Amino acid sequence: MKHRQTLITLGILAFFAIFPFLVTSDYYRHIFIIALMWVVIGSCWNLLAGYTGQISFGHAIFFGVGAYSAGICTTKLGISAWWGMLLGGPMAMLAGLFLGWICFRLRGSYFNLATLAIAEVFRLVAIYWRDFTEGMQGILIITTFRSKVPYYFLALGLAALCVFSISRIIKSKWGFYFIAIREDQDAAEALGISSFRYKSLSLMVSSFFTGLAGAFYMNYMGFIDPEVVFSLYFISIMAILVAIIGGAGTIWGPPVGAFIMVLLQELFRSSFFGYAPKWVSEAHALAFGLLVILAIRYMANGVVGDFPKIFSPWYGKKPMPSVAAGGN
Amino acid sequence: MSFFETKHLTKAFGGLVAVNNLSFKVEEGEIYGLIGPNGSGKTTVFNLITAYHPITSGTIHFRGKETNGLPTWKICKIGIGRTFQIVKPLRRMTVLENVMTSAFCRTSSSMVARDRAIEVLHFCEMEKKLDYSANNLTIGDRKRMEIARALATEPKLLLLDETMAGLTPQEQVEGVQLIRKIRNSGITIIIVEHIMQVIMNICDRILCINYGQEIARGTPSEVANNQAVIEAYLGKE
Repeated sequence: MKHRQTLITLGILAFFAIFPFLVTSDYYRHIFIIALMWVVIGSCWNLLAGYTGQISFGHAIFFGVGAYSAGICTTKLGISAWWGMLLGGPMAMLAGLFLGWICFRLRGSYFNLATLAIAEVFRLVAIYWRDFTEGMQGILIITTFRSKVPYYFLALGLAALCVFSISRIIKSKWGFYFIAIREDQDAAEALGISSFRYKSLSLMVSSFFTGLAGAFYMNYMGFIDPEVVFSLYFISIMAILVAIIGGAGTIWGPPVGAFIMVLLQELFRSSFFGYAPKWVSEAHALAFGLLVILAIRYMANGVVGDFPKIFSPWYGKKPMPSVAAGGN
Repeated sequence: MSFFETKHLTKAFGGLVAVNNLSFKVEEGEIYGLIGPNGSGKTTVFNLITAYHPITSGTIHFRGKETNGLPTWKICKIGIGRTFQIVKPLRRMTVLENVMTSAFCRTSSSMVARDRAIEVLHFCEMEKKLDYSANNLTIGDRKRMEIARALATEPKLLLLDETMAGLTPQEQVEGVQLIRKIRNSGITIIIVEHIMQVIMNICDRILCINYGQEIARGTPSEVANNQAVIEAYLGKE
């Protein structure tokens, strides 16, 4: 069983490694790069919410801080935005510690709302602190490579590192503690678990990788502004959708969800590649909303979590009972 | 200095004094019973010891050290384990994973935690249910798993909060055997229980409280024949 899993993982990695050589269209490469970036953000959100039970509406904070760390390297320090790949993670982690310090005093919906509010504060600061962030004008840098291939492999490496790290964390003491806090914080405290400490650790890992993804986005796209990287809808909500559609509380859920969501987003953005009427592209928020309702009603554990249930007619097996930690 | 001691322990929720000036000592190796009618403050005493509620006044000493001001998780680290009256299983985990989580209290290695958890589950005679989801356990097994989980944190003092409530008579007999076994392994126990048969059977000494105040203390037979206790449970003539 373990061997089979390793083989499947290696197979998937091999496919992604040769993909940019099979597909030379920059359009499809771009979609894959963005999807791989969402693998990182979705997995990070999943670590904090799916495993530790702290549902965040503020992952745009870390993405934005990471992206701006990279951008400000160029605009203010005059060094390459690639330094942001070193700086973005730690800076986002600092933002995470700040967020945790405030929000982990709260539980449940109060925590969710506090993260939402703080994310808006970050967005407004980025808009109005023009001397530092250039405000709504945004930050424009000249990208290093014209080819998509280096970016592709960077995104792939980041996604692989992130998913691998999180899967290792989940199997360790930290993972057990995170899940214990998700299941019952009072019981966890009675078992010698400092819920504040372990929630903060989960948030630190989560914000670190999200910050890296943000720094990558700056370097890849060459342009950021507060309404994109600190956006509630485009980042925070998207992170939630990626993890929930894929399967919160599973390792492979967010990666699967990232590709589903990025493809869907692209389908709607392009009005189904021009085959559908133009107004379809404007209805994508509505469509995503409906998708969430359907997902929660019919597959609350996401595509990965409910895999046996969804494919049971073809699969021939009954749905598996939920046993594994963080299973379904 | 006693093994465990509370002095003038008081807890007020606003104007309601739930625990009032309660002092008692527990010696190492004994089973100490805490009884009283519904709402008399027994669980509140446990919640004060494990710092779920801050103490209004008074002190708690455990092995010579004051525990006031320590957070709940540190109380567990210094060797006080507890179970909950309303069981709190980690639902989407197996029995083994539940107990492993608490075994991580004393180690960072998954291997050690796993071995320790299996050992404790053997001790509690749950070795056949390692892979059951905590969600699918009967109430009896849930209570037993709570005990196993508390034991895996390697406590010196174990607080059992109504671990027999809702069990069948057969399960109660097994439960009493388990509690004796725990004591014989060197763990001191404070037990809150409603079922008199159980409490009279296993306790060395009993403290009876009502409205948060002590009304009687002594050996089981002394307490059972105490007029104030009988009145508290059955009412006055």
